Formats: sequence, structure tokens, C-alpha cells
Amino acid sequence: MNNTDIVRSSLKKRYAKEKRFKAYGILSIGLSLFFLLFLLFDITHKATPAFTQTYINLDIDFSHKNLRLEEKSSYSEKELFNASYRKLTSKALYQLFPEVKDRREKKTLRKLVSSGAQYDLRDLVIANPNYIGTKQSIWILADDDVDTFAKDLIDRNLPEVQRRVKDNQIAWIDHLQAQGKIQKELNTKFLTQGDSREPEQAGIWGALKGSLYVMLLTLILSFPIGVAAAVYLEEFAPKNNWFVDLIEVNINNLAAVPSIVFGILGLAVYINLFGVPRSAPLVGGLVLSLMTLPTIIIATRAALKSVPPSIREAALGVGASKMQVITHHVLPLAMPGILTGSIIGMAQALGESAPLLMIGMVAFVADIPQGFLDPSTVLPVQIFIWADSPERAFIALTSAAIVVLLIFLFLMNLLAIILRKKFETRW
Amino acid sequence: MNDKSEVELLQELGDTVGKPTIEGNPRMSCRNVDVFYNKDSQAIFDVSVDLAKNEILAMIGPSGCGKSTLLRCLNRMNDTIDDCVVKGEIKLDGEDIHSKSIDPVLLRSNVGMVFQKPNPFPKSIYDNVAYGPKLHGLTRNNAELDDLVEESLTKAGLWKETKDRLNKPGTGLSGGQQQRLCIARTMAVKPEVILMDEPTSALDPIATATIEELMYELKSSYTIAVVTHSMQQAARISDRTAYFHLGRLVEVNQTNTVFTNPEHELTENYITGRFG
Repeated sequence: MNNTDIVRSSLKKRYAKEKRFKAYGILSIGLSLFFLLFLLFDITHKATPAFTQTYINLDIDFSHKNLRLEEKSSYSEKELFNASYRKLTSKALYQLFPEVKDRREKKTLRKLVSSGAQYDLRDLVIANPNYIGTKQSIWILADDDVDTFAKDLIDRNLPEVQRRVKDNQIAWIDHLQAQGKIQKELNTKFLTQGDSREPEQAGIWGALKGSLYVMLLTLILSFPIGVAAAVYLEEFAPKNNWFVDLIEVNINNLAAVPSIVFGILGLAVYINLFGVPRSAPLVGGLVLSLMTLPTIIIATRAALKSVPPSIREAALGVGASKMQVITHHVLPLAMPGILTGSIIGMAQALGESAPLLMIGMVAFVADIPQGFLDPSTVLPVQIFIWADSPERAFIALTSAAIVVLLIFLFLMNLLAIILRKKFETRW
Repeated sequence: MNDKSEVELLQELGDTVGKPTIEGNPRMSCRNVDVFYNKDSQAIFDVSVDLAKNEILAMIGPSGCGKSTLLRCLNRMNDTIDDCVVKGEIKLDGEDIHSKSIDPVLLRSNVGMVFQKPNPFPKSIYDNVAYGPKLHGLTRNNAELDDLVEESLTKAGLWKETKDRLNKPGTGLSGGQQQRLCIARTMAVKPEVILMDEPTSALDPIATATIEELMYELKSSYTIAVVTHSMQQAARISDRTAYFHLGRLVEVNQTNTVFTNPEHELTENYITGRFG
């Protein structure tokens, strides 16, 4: 057997190996794609109900008696704010179903509309004072159970005790539906309101704004500090110095520290020592900056290292100082890598809830934060709070919040890709 | 065959033979230069050599002989290497380049360098040449800068090929053109001395010939030290040739003498191709 034969006999085996390896690769990519698509489909499917809300059309009597207002030509906003709106929807419902007399039955009837409806009516009257003393046909937000039922998410064939919606409620809903007095509208509250105990009143805007504040602060703090630290360590710090080595080892270790530890650190240092207000985006941003710093430093150092030494020599050769070499050549060339690392760190911070646990950002916050010092929560924490709530309608809200979080993440990545492309085409 | 082995010759190696120093005022002079990488490994042993004005000094020798290291000492490029220690005296126009009054940045604007591999900045051709002058503020306005860029590119023999594509990236040029761009970039700072570290080793013979012609023309205005692996190149372009061996400067003589009648046996062995 000569060499050609030996080689030929081994060829088949070699190609088989290659084919097998390719198959493994395709298989793993296929699997991850399948899971990703399944996840996206599942979440969007579950989230769709949250994007519409059920409204019931009622004839509301804004008489002075019902509002408990004196009869006069005009009212101050404070007077309108303090007027009584509590009974308006109940009275309209009793009128619609006069046959309901029993006290307990009346109570279930009242519960067809959201308990927050009175506040919506209050805002409506304040915006339109001319309604006072008139009767208006108004679409009132339905209760979350009615909403869930109207979206066919509650099986009417179940025994009554296993249902959140009772038999008589179903009869009323069917009656209203037959009269065309029930309709679904786009859920505007979801993107404009803060959190609420009532699913139909709950919105993501508070948590979204909280996340925006926290991310902004994290970026402002960790990006410049991280890049500066990496540039110093990579370009200026003396090599083979035990202290520098110690710092290096510690930074690498910090990147692997469980995130909750950063929360404890934040609690001890920022809140207890410096007295930063708890639950505020300020302290959240500070803690998440700590967590993001090692990631940015490591990524930046790797990016700086990958800049070819020939470029540094060329710049030094025409008489650039060290700082000029770095700012004119090394940093711009390393920027795509730095941005990639930063976006990974930021994405990590965006999805983090454990360290925020320790600094009070897991509280139920109904108000929308107006600044870095207002109590607020963030998207992943909001998802957790909603997922933990018993009401059926929160399932859809949880998924919808996840969709919002994913869109947030997507936009952040998009920004990074655009910036990276910009830096790449400049060269 | 030789009468003596290489090891024996090395052991006998004394002072540099030939004419390492020149009379009159040299542009650059090295006296008793030792270079250490780390504490224990010495790369250059007691080298003394002069560079005359407007001459081309070729530095030849087998790999690892220290010729590149010495070249990089001349504009303090070795400062950027940790643990590299240079001892001895190196002077530019009679001034010690290691003295406190001379900044490495200032020195490098007087002693330019062209590297083995063409290394244009990933920027436009224009920006590559304009970078140095901009850095040092050598021109007062854009018109002057434009003139300087044109002048430098013309001197490097690149103007005709690139005048219509000055805004295209310098990395898009061919290897030889890139190297000429690097030479233009070096000349734009108007140095007195240009150091070239194997400038043609990455180029094909035609591009090499162009660069060699260019070096010959540049001789009238600059002092050039060139490290080369090609003995033919050294013979073609240089006025004097220095032969290095294992960190020692063995022989410096007129190029003609070195290649026709070398004084030292090691030089003879190298140029006749017995080793290296």
C-alpha cells in the first residue's frame, strides 16, 4: 500500500467527522432557535389580552345630588376633586337591572365595574365641568374578572364555585353584550399608569420610567469610569507590579460575584453610610454601576489589547505622546469592542432584580417617579410583583411587561449596533 | 573551510574593526551602548557607531543580532518596552537624547521611523500624512497643510497615484504604496534622520526597487539608517555598512569594502553565505 492509498482510506473518515461536526452545529442552532421562537410566541400570545380592556357603557347621572355638590354656576377644581363619585356607577347599574333587589346581589352587580372607575369619572368631570347636572352615556372600565371573562379566558361551563365570575354576573354580562353595551378598547392605561392592586388599573409606565432612570445613571457612571480604569490599567499602570496584579485579579473576581452581594454593599454604603434615599433610582443606579463596572473594564481591556501594536508604533514614530496615541488611535479602534462589552453589562443590569431587593426597590410603588430621588421600581421587579399576584388578569400583564422589557433591551442593543457601525465606517 | 569555528571567533571578538566613527560632526553618534531586555538578557554589547550627515548606513547581520534593537534606541522607541534598559551615550547633533532637556516626543519628531510592515493608520491617505504636522502644529492653515501633504506625497513618489483618492483609506493601497505612504507620513514631520526597519521585507521586488530608488533620492536631504536582511539591498543603496553579530558590532566600513574586502572573518563568513 503506498501513501496515496493510505491517505485515501482515511479521507472518508475525515469527511465524516467534518459532516458530523456540522450537523452538531446546525442541531444546536436549531434547538436554540426553536426555544427562542417558542418563548417569543408564548409570551406574545399570553400578553395579547393585556393590550385590550373591556369597557361597559353606562348612563351616568351627574346630578348635583349624586355628586353631592351645591348648585352654582362654577366650581373650583378642589370642590370637584372632593365631590362624591363613588355611587355613580352603582346607581347606573341598578337602573339598568331594576330587578336586582337583594343586598348581596346588588354587591355582585356593583362589582361588574372597576373599583377605580370613580377616579376615572372624577378626572372626566374635572376635565368637563359642563357634565354636571346632565346624564351622559359613558364607557366605564370593567372589573378585571369581567374583562377576563369577556376575553374568553374563564370557562363558563365550570361549576360556579370554581369561577371568579358568578352565574348572575354571567347573565348580566350576556345581557349587556346583547345590547352592545360591552366593548374592548386599546389598553391605554398599561403604558401610562403606575402599578395598582387592581389589574385593570395597573400600568408599566412607573417601572419603565424607573428602569430608564436607573439605566441612565448606570451608563453615565459605569461607562466613563470603567473605560478610564481599563485605559489606565492597560496602558499606564506599571507591568509586573504586585499591587497592579492584585487589582487585576480582584476586578476579574468582582465580575463573578453574585449580584445580591452588590445589593448588600449598596445598602451598607450608600443608604446606611451616605444616607441616600432608599427605593430611589439614584441608589439603584449606583448599585448597578458597581455591578457593571467589572464587565466594562474587562471588555475594554480586551478591546484595547486587540489593537495592533503597529498602530501604536506608527503614531509614536511620528511623535505622538502616549495620551495622543490612546485618544487618536487606540480608543477609536477599540470602541466597537468597548461598546459591545458595555451593552452586555448594561443588559445584565437591566435584567437584574436581586441587588435591588436589598435597597428597597421591590416595594409596591403606585406613583410614577418624577426624578432620581422618587421611590420607584424597575421592569424586572415589576414582572416579579405581577407574577406573584393572584388575580387571573395579572398573567397577561406579566407577559406584557416581559414584552416591554424585551423591547427595551432590543432598543438598547440597536443603539449599540448603530454606534458600533458608525465607529467602524469612520475607519 | 575556516580555520576557526564561529564560537572561537566570537570569543576573540574585540573592538569593532573598520571605521565605526567618523571625523567631523556626525548627525548621530552612539558610544558604548548596552541594551538589556529584563535584567539578565543583554541584547547589545558596547556598540559605538556614528551616522554622518546625508549618508545611508545599512545595518546587516543574522536574525537576533541586535540591529533592530540599536535602531529603536536611536529614537527611544525602546522606552515603550517594559524592562528595556539602555546604557551608554546616544547623541543627536551633539545633544544627548537621554538628557532631561530632550523629550522623547520631540526626539521622535526629529528622528522618524519606518517600520518593517507597512502600518498606515486606518484613516484616509490625506489624514495619514497630515497626522504628524497636525499633531505638532507645523502648519498655520489648511492651505499650508494641503501643500505639505502634497509635498510629502510627491517626495515619496506617491502623489501621482493618489492625488485623486486622497480621501480613500490608506489601508486600501497596495503593500508598496502603503510603505511609501508611511515614508511620506514620516517625512511630513520634517525629521533630520529617518530610521528604517527592514522597510522592504514585506514587499515584492518591483515595490522594493521603487522604495530603494526613493531612499537614494532622500539621501540628499536626510540621514538614513536602514536595517536590512538583504545584502544586495545594502550593497545597492548604502554608503557604509555595519555588520552585527550576536549583539556586537563586528565591523563598519564603506559598503564597497565590506562586500569586496571584509576586514573581519565573521563578516566574510556572513556575506559569503556560510551562515546567517
